[in-house]
Amino acid sequence: MNWMEGWWAYVFIAVAGWLATDIWRWLGVIAGNRLREDSEALNWVRAVATALVAAVIAKLILYPTGVLAQSPLWLRMAAVILGAFGFFLGRQKPAAGIATAIAVLAAGLWWLGF
Amino acid sequence: MPGTCTLMEDAEDERSSFAWFVTGARGIFSLPAVILMLSFVGFCALTVQAGIPPEQVIFMTGAVWALPAKVILVSSVLGGASLATAFLAVTLSSVRLMPMVAALVPELRGPRTPTWLLLVLSHFIAITAWVFAMERVHDVPRNHRATFFAGFGITLVAANMILVGVVYHLVAEFPPLVAGCLFFLTPVYFLASIWHSARHPVIYVALAAGLVAGPLCYWLAPEFDILLAGVGGGTVAWFGERLWRLRREAKT
Repeated sequence: MNWMEGWWAYVFIAVAGWLATDIWRWLGVIAGNRLREDSEALNWVRAVATALVAAVIAKLILYPTGVLAQSPLWLRMAAVILGAFGFFLGRQKPAAGIATAIAVLAAGLWWLGF
Repeated sequence: MPGTCTLMEDAEDERSSFAWFVTGARGIFSLPAVILMLSFVGFCALTVQAGIPPEQVIFMTGAVWALPAKVILVSSVLGGASLATAFLAVTLSSVRLMPMVAALVPELRGPRTPTWLLLVLSHFIAITAWVFAMERVHDVPRNHRATFFAGFGITLVAANMILVGVVYHLVAEFPPLVAGCLFFLTPVYFLASIWHSARHPVIYVALAAGLVAGPLCYWLAPEFDILLAGVGGGTVAWFGERLWRLRREAKT
């Protein structure tokens, strides 16, 4: 299928992209404005927001698209688990965990002939 | 460092709004911003393959901003979706922005922050800016937090619009090993950063709950998996942590 052309493409992106995402951001501002910073309701919202992002993370690791779709699951899991070891051994510095995970993945992909 | 916050507030309140805007803008050189820009290079490669003209990719970057929403928009159009169908797919995938913004707003607003400003600034919130703000905003005096976030958000969006325009003609085919590692940076960074920046025990529980509930809900109801995992996993995490907290408080 061919991509859209001309002004219609911009209308399409503005409605199906811009409006479709900003509606939720605006509703979030309105809801967030009513929350007190130390309230139990905000704790719940925090928990839901964190779990949502965590679900996105799990999907990116378990069901990746592109090149990683062809990589074995055990390699991606090993990269995340060893990355977690690196993170906690490196006094919970994000860079320590990220570097370990990416190094394990790169070594594994190279060994598998990617 | 909750103790140092009030001290800093007295000492650094004389810094001008512009100085805080620049401090926020300097966040462009932080690890999260660099990782996001690498992800945008990956997205750019996707749009080149899809045959989207560069002006539209730049417009999309500024207008939609959230990377997962853009990927869904592109794949809907490539699948032949109508405007209404594409709108529905993107909207459903973006519901998560609401609790994210709602959780950030109480941290971001000062006593005099107008609502219209928060509505404008909310456009710059996507996962990376959210994680960055949740991590750093506590070190900023409350009445400068909106300015600090504006500096970061506006700079990050502008930089990525320029980036996709520049690399559009450069991204031919990446070696698969490099492309795979670029892609893997995003989830690993999110994991490390959320754990690192958590200031409330419920965050750890919710992170674990979401990681388990995500794949489970994908298996049960693939269309609504993220939403189900977030609301379900988050509620269970909140309830469990609250029960544990109340029981511990009752003992002491």
